[in-house]
Order: sequence, then structure tokens, then C-alpha cells
Amino acid sequence: MSENNEHISSYALNGKVLIVLLCLTALTVLAISFHLGAFTVALALLIATFKGGIVMTYFMHLKFENTLLRILAISVILFYISIVLTTFIDYLYR
Amino acid sequence: MESTKLNEYTDRDTGKLGMWLFLFTELFLFGGLFLVYAVMRTKYAHDFHLGALELNAFIGTANTVVLLVSSMTVAMSLTAIQTNNPSKAFGLILITVFLAIIFLINKYFEWGHKIELKLYPGSDVMRSLPHGEIMFFGLYFIMTGLHALHVIVGAVLLIIVMFNLKSGSITQEHYLLQENAALYWHLVDLIWIFLFPLLYLVT
Repeated sequence: MSENNEHISSYALNGKVLIVLLCLTALTVLAISFHLGAFTVALALLIATFKGGIVMTYFMHLKFENTLLRILAISVILFYISIVLTTFIDYLYR
Repeated sequence: MESTKLNEYTDRDTGKLGMWLFLFTELFLFGGLFLVYAVMRTKYAHDFHLGALELNAFIGTANTVVLLVSSMTVAMSLTAIQTNNPSKAFGLILITVFLAIIFLINKYFEWGHKIELKLYPGSDVMRSLPHGEIMFFGLYFIMTGLHALHVIVGAVLLIIVMFNLKSGSITQEHYLLQENAALYWHLVDLIWIFLFPLLYLVT
């Protein structure tokens, strides 16, 4: 066995992560029927971001990877968000 | 670390880093499209709502479930190879590929229905719609189409992994190919996690 310092996700962990993801999906579909108007999208996006975070942390193993990968992933996400924000600032104030 | 080196030229950590860098470019590829969607949606909120009503939320939800389960099976296949179970890993990847095919079949029915109604980019029916709806359906076809292309590529990659598992090229010691293919597959799932609410559940 040569995992040396390598974390192996158990089958159980993977199963639990799936259950959580499925619950969040159900929540998303449910939330749509709540008629929150403009906030429905915000809520759906929030849940989607959370789901995405869980996929990256556990399925893509980021939680157990070396720090460099985590820093890179977070930096890229922040960079993308800043691009979106800047674009919207432009459009909304034209 | 000695055992992360496959040979004098390959190193697992670097190999994984390379894959992640590629995944970041994919994130920006779809991110750009999501940005177009976001701006167009702000401009044509009502038309986007009308357009979304035409989509089948049930198939969309089903596809979401299919991809989430496939993400789990491919993650489990890594557990299998790491615990010296190449045949289990093979079986789990086989299931993942089957789920990918189910996803594509659903897509086929979805798109087929739209095309039957003569609703596709460039058609007269599409051209007669209000501008916002044209934008919505244009984005729908481009984004789900590009995503489906990635599903196909991911499935092919996973099939290659299966061949490598069978031939013994992937083992408990050397499974970088499987790991990277799994990462690509998770990305495909990740993109769909965002596509689904934005296209199908717009209210």
C-alpha cells in the first residue's frame, strides 16, 4: 500500500455526499414553487453554488489536496466573480 | 515523494495540477456563456421566463439526478483503485458511462421535441419569436449543446480509462489517468449543476 499521506475517500463518504446533493436538488425544485419573485433566481443560484462547492470539496477531493490547488481554485472563482460584477456594473449604469 | 513518480518524467501531483489548470480554462469557457446569459436575462426577463416555460423541468431534474449519481460512481471508482480493486473500479466506471449515455438519450428526446416544433437556431419559428426569447433559446441550444459535447468527451475518456484498467496500465500505484478523467467528469457535473436552475427553473 503506498498511499503515503494520501487520503482515500470511503465509499460511505461518497454516498453521503450524493445524498446531500440530491436533497439540495430537491430543495432547488421546491424553492421554485415558492414564488419569491426576483429572489427565486438568487436562491436557486445560492443553492447551486453550495452544491458546486460540495462537488469540488469532496468529489473533486479539494478538501484533501495540497494547499496550492485549493488556493488556485478559490482564486479562479473569485476572479470569475469579479468579472461578472464588473460586467454588471457596466451594464446597469450605461 | 518517491512513489508519486511514475517514471523519471511523470509526477502525480504535477499531473493533477495540469488537469486542474485545464479545468479552470473550461470554467471560463462556460463562465463566459453564463455571463452572456446573465446579462441577456436582465435585459429580457419576461421573455426568458416565457422561454423557460417551454422547457421540460422534469427531464432537466432527471438529468441532474443522473449526473450527480454518475459523479458519485466515478468518485467511488477512485476509492476502488486506491484500495487495490481494479475490477470494482472498472465496474463503477462502466456504470458512470451508462449514466452518461442515459443523460445523452434524455438530451436527444429534449432537443428532438424542440426540433419537431421547428424550434431551432435559424428556423422561421424561432425568428418569429420576440427578441428576448430568441436569445433564450439560442443560449439554451449553445449551452446545453456545448455541455453535451463535454459529456461525450468525458464518456470517451472514461472508456479509455476502462481499457487501461483492463490491460493493467492503471493500478493502485499508477492511476493518474483515472483520477484526471474523474476530475473532468466532475467538471461536467459541476457545469450542469448551474445550467439546470438557470435554464429550466427560471421564474
